[in-house]
Amino acid sequence: MNKPAMPNSFRTGPDEQGMFGIFGGRFVAETLMPLILDLEEKWNEAKTDPAFRAELQALSTFYAGRPSKLYFAEGLTRHLGGAKIYFKREDLNHTGSHKINNCLGQILLAKRMGKTRIIAETGAGQHGVASATVAARFGLPCVVYMGATDVARQSPNVFRMKLLGAEVKPVSAGHGTLKDAMNEALRDWVTNVEDTYYLIGTAAGPHPYPEMVREFQSPIGTEARAQILEQEGRLPDVIIAAVGGGSNAIGLFHPFLDDKDVRIVGIEAGGRGLDGIEHCASMNAGRPGVLHGNRTYLLQNEDGQILDGHSISAGLDYPGVGPEHSWLRDTGRVDYVPVLDDEALEAFQLCTRTEGIIPALESAHAIAHAVKIAPSMGKDEVIIVNLSGRGDKDVHTVASMMGMEI
Amino acid sequence: MTETRIDRRMGKLKAEGRPALVTYFMGGDPDYDTSLSIMKALGRSGADIIELGMPFSDPMADGPAIQAAGLRSLKGGQTLVRTLQMAADFRKDDDETPIVLMGYYNPIYIYGVERFLTDAKASGIDGLIVVDLPPEMDEELCVPALRAGINFIRLATPTTDDKRLPKVLQNTSGFVYYVSMTGITGSALADTGKVAEAVRRIKQHTDLPVCVGFGVKTAEQARTIGASADGVVVGTAIVNAVANVLGPDGRRTADPAEAVATLVSGLAQGVRQARLAAAE
Repeated sequence: MNKPAMPNSFRTGPDEQGMFGIFGGRFVAETLMPLILDLEEKWNEAKTDPAFRAELQALSTFYAGRPSKLYFAEGLTRHLGGAKIYFKREDLNHTGSHKINNCLGQILLAKRMGKTRIIAETGAGQHGVASATVAARFGLPCVVYMGATDVARQSPNVFRMKLLGAEVKPVSAGHGTLKDAMNEALRDWVTNVEDTYYLIGTAAGPHPYPEMVREFQSPIGTEARAQILEQEGRLPDVIIAAVGGGSNAIGLFHPFLDDKDVRIVGIEAGGRGLDGIEHCASMNAGRPGVLHGNRTYLLQNEDGQILDGHSISAGLDYPGVGPEHSWLRDTGRVDYVPVLDDEALEAFQLCTRTEGIIPALESAHAIAHAVKIAPSMGKDEVIIVNLSGRGDKDVHTVASMMGMEI
Repeated sequence: MTETRIDRRMGKLKAEGRPALVTYFMGGDPDYDTSLSIMKALGRSGADIIELGMPFSDPMADGPAIQAAGLRSLKGGQTLVRTLQMAADFRKDDDETPIVLMGYYNPIYIYGVERFLTDAKASGIDGLIVVDLPPEMDEELCVPALRAGINFIRLATPTTDDKRLPKVLQNTSGFVYYVSMTGITGSALADTGKVAEAVRRIKQHTDLPVCVGFGVKTAEQARTIGASADGVVVGTAIVNAVANVLGPDGRRTADPAEAVATLVSGLAQGVRQARLAAAE
């Protein structure tokens, strides 16, 4: 594939058609098209409205607990004996992950648009919990579509959603994971067009979702950039985040994209290895295609049928990725590398033991890459890892991987 | 663009004073040979236009019946190459019944748009309905298809208001497919009065025939909808007729092609009485 021309800035996309180079766009059924155009118009009004920004700011501060801390992981750094490792502590947000950032933004938009019913898809359940949370906070009914496989492996989150008053609808099509949940949410939306707001959880889907979700998540990177300048007096050498759909990653990356000396690495789920089909490394082993409203790298066969993939982490178990990541991959600005299930599991345990922090399995993928590169880096060099969520939800999965019963 | 089989067939039916019966089936469901026999049965038993479904792993606008049919078809080894082959095989006996390919964009994109259009034309395809390509994405496939002499049939929906209709109709040819309700395929039929009103609204913006689909299952419904529309589309009912004779263990309780022929003969009767219904 030809590399697109290097832009002057990596931070200006998407264009008016919602494209990042050849990626993105609006590949949806006509029934949804007027809704998406309306959403785009309302989003464009909201993002420059001081009242909207002030309300979001207040909720972020007093409800979600922002800014999240940038924490020097001294134990892990000492253990690895190389570069200084910092964690951006999105796990400390209300609901336990970065997902709340996007949900607060979108629920305010839904309210502004006069919508009275919220639907969402979820993989690991983190976005489902965050959606159910903001729906409870604003008194709106919420339906969460979740793959049947994920319902089984993320049962604590299923119960949390129910406690919060959401209805969880298991989806048994396909492998019963995030892709299938998203299909079903789109079917709901196409049926209930008048009153329903579709709260997409990742920086993917038809325009304007990828841009909008990125904007709601970019405080992660904006804060981290200011915090590292304050704490270290310099920019980091490397920043790392896990990429499923890629919302926590684009949130961290975007404010750093034009800092050309900062190396940016996105971690894909390598599953059981890239040789077979048991992984979710769409940008390393897939090719561009069209699914869920956008063109992006996808795991698919030679006939253009989408493959299910596999990851130990439900939040990374998606055969596509947000379109901006696909563009950043092709321009070469961001490196996307796979981390295997086993490596993530090892990093999960290492982080828990050396830092007293149980990371989400998604975040453990990012930590695993830091574990690989830190030892060969200088002690004066700095890595920031996005600790996108806490791992309480994953203890059952980890126990069974370790052959233990709890 | 030059006249297609769709234009000729629609012109003929207009002269006869009756609406078209447009039938959808899933190509390759449950296997190639059975599916080809179903396609031939459609042509024999009164279908005026055939929509040949291209299976896709993630059919976001389809209900459970067509989702399941697509999965059966993919499991049976269907690919876009074989779907085009099916059209070509059908054309050996029938060079008049228009064939419209219906499905999602990704398999076409992966096949390669120019190669696809060349092969589709050579296989006797007359039109395309691609659910996830709205007019905003016309440069992807719609405009190249028109250049290749293939109709691009656009869906108009209850959410397509008067302001948006001209954009939707701009590059549409062959006919306009009015989706009778917001929702997925196979849902309950919308209020027929509202459908007639919507057809009138669309006709104020275009001279193209307007066919109505989503929710039409019986001959009676075909007759009622056909009173105001230029065509009636039936899909899920046909897909169900196939599914109903496939036992859970794969053993068939009847010939799927016969089951489809029986259903379609009844629907064909329905559309032939439609204008009588309108006159009542």
